Amino acid sequence: MNVVLAKTETARALSDILAIARDRLPGTGKVADHRRQAFEAYESVGLPHRRIEDWKYTDLRVLMREVLPLAATPDAAALTRAGTALKLHAIEGVRRLVLVDGVFAPKLSEVADLGKGFSIRTLRDVLEAGDAALHALLFAPENADSMVALNSAMMTDGLVIEVADGAVLTQPLHIVHIASGAAPAAMFTRSLLKVGKAASATLVESYIAADGAKAYQVHDSLVVAIGDGARLDHVRLVEDGREAFNISSAVLRLGAHAHFNTFGMTSGSSVSRYQAVIAFAGEGSRVETNGVNLLNGRQHADTTLFLDHAVPNCASREIFRAVVDDRGHSVFQGRIIVRPKAQKTDAKMMTRALLLSDEAEADNKPELEIFADDVTCGHGATTGALDESLLFYLRARGLSEKEAQALLIQAFVGEAIESIANDGLRELAISAAQRWLAARG
Amino acid sequence: MALARRCANRKFEDMSLLEVKNLQVRVEEREILHGLSLTVNLGEVHAIMGPNGSGKSTLSHVIAGKPGYEVTGGEILFKGENLLEMAPDERSAKGVFLAFQYPVEIPGVATMTFLRTALNAQRKARGESEFSTPDFLKKVRAVAASLNIPQDMLRRGVNVGFSGGEKKRNEILQMALFEPSLCILDEMDSGLDIDALRVAADGVNALRSPDRAMVVITHYQRLLNYIVPDFVHVMSKGRVVKSGGKELALELEASGYAQFEDAA
Repeated sequence: MNVVLAKTETARALSDILAIARDRLPGTGKVADHRRQAFEAYESVGLPHRRIEDWKYTDLRVLMREVLPLAATPDAAALTRAGTALKLHAIEGVRRLVLVDGVFAPKLSEVADLGKGFSIRTLRDVLEAGDAALHALLFAPENADSMVALNSAMMTDGLVIEVADGAVLTQPLHIVHIASGAAPAAMFTRSLLKVGKAASATLVESYIAADGAKAYQVHDSLVVAIGDGARLDHVRLVEDGREAFNISSAVLRLGAHAHFNTFGMTSGSSVSRYQAVIAFAGEGSRVETNGVNLLNGRQHADTTLFLDHAVPNCASREIFRAVVDDRGHSVFQGRIIVRPKAQKTDAKMMTRALLLSDEAEADNKPELEIFADDVTCGHGATTGALDESLLFYLRARGLSEKEAQALLIQAFVGEAIESIANDGLRELAISAAQRWLAARG
Repeated sequence: MALARRCANRKFEDMSLLEVKNLQVRVEEREILHGLSLTVNLGEVHAIMGPNGSGKSTLSHVIAGKPGYEVTGGEILFKGENLLEMAPDERSAKGVFLAFQYPVEIPGVATMTFLRTALNAQRKARGESEFSTPDFLKKVRAVAASLNIPQDMLRRGVNVGFSGGEKKRNEILQMALFEPSLCILDEMDSGLDIDALRVAADGVNALRSPDRAMVVITHYQRLLNYIVPDFVHVMSKGRVVKSGGKELALELEASGYAQFEDAA
């Protein structure tokens, strides 16, 4: 069915936003051409809506309504506010790379003494320099999804990190996105991580807000290439302000005998969507992807994963847990495609939702498309309330109702959190979950 | 209400630990307890026996505060206070402990974490300071050793993968750790072979004290060979139909419950 929707006022206003922002968008020549094509792709659809199958449960025309103007380059006051917020979310032992209102902030970041084996540049620098190979990678995400296209058209800054072949980075890289709260605005970022052959790295991404940040929009994307025999550990924590929007996309590609372990948790923002495409391009690789949504109030969080088994002998595991209170709405869409050549694929997906109130909603949509005949694939989805008999047992042992719930919720999300390989990062995720539980009162 | 107020003014030393008076309880429109009365003093061990469906477990659940039961008449006083007005966790902090017939499994919550959270929650509710980690560990290890509970069991999820005997020993471990003044043991013997039963009973006997009372609920006389009660009550159709000393249990073993079914 071909549905033609009338273009909204806000969609028309966006071309004005682009026109005003154009001077601040890095890159000329081919980069500018890419941006123009991406913008046209965005304009042909506009904000995704429920009649687009992938966005059925997250109708941005209803939830977000408009794309805000590009955020101003942070001034000294904004950087000070961001610095304060950063202190509250500091992690020990990581290399911090900070983006404030979508712009790299060198003073808040640690870019000195990189040592051998890797390089860090800003997206702005890379787009302005003429590196065709990197540009090709940066523009690899297809414009088929209009939010990816919008990001391609508007991306202002981000990090471009290259880990050399055989390099083992023991120190995790931590990209922190901070909204300084100067004014309601949108930030458009894109980062690229290239992990060389037989190299290994750990990437953490956090999204936080300075005090007083209100209705801002994060439009982020991540492009990752994991080389043959390489390993990447990845943790993503969305703790944006309660009025914020976070629309993020990731495109990941694994070579042969590579390993990708990823964990994502959303406890912040008003409306969020994380859509990741993970593609196996070489045999013998493995992906573990685990996620948790912790939602209350009227929060809406959507995790949409697409595992593309294009080659034989690869394995993938997906574990997802949603805890939804009040009128929160959790969406998990997990699509696994096993292409005709991908024999001996081993793909499993399990998603469970815990509803803490009568008005809470969780939509779990597993989709398996299997075109090979010698595979092991499975999926499961459950939704339910906290077990009354467990609650009573805990209360009979002296725990208050809230304490009993908190302990059972921690246990419920525990299986997904346990999957984080790095001890420090696991603690980080646990403390983010505990912050959410404490805020429930 | 008038009675509750009067009781609150009396000193606890003057009264019984637990007074169940003319208790009437419904579950989904069906009356299970029809005017049950029971008085338990500190230092005493009471056995409650009766056939299936006589209301034994209902009594234990109502004392512990399990949701789903409607008290339509009567009252329960614990240390002179109206127990029925308290949430289950308040009852626990005041010293009520129910050893479950079927202890639940809680995957993802380590036994040690659970024990510490529960003990500190009870202490906090009583206005006592929380245990420090080393003090807590010392206490748990000592109690666990006395019950033959291996350390690795304490690291596992609560009751997850425990045998029937291990689950019951875990209940007794909690009883020893929380030091309640009233212990209700609901069908402690169910699912236990004779060796497991002996270990569990030894654990319970070690906790007998002048500062504590126990109510042992059982279908079979067998358990009472190991935990010898001071008083035995026979329940039938939601009432106590006969009370006596420990010899009453032996009498029941010989003649069965049929005689009381008619009496009720």
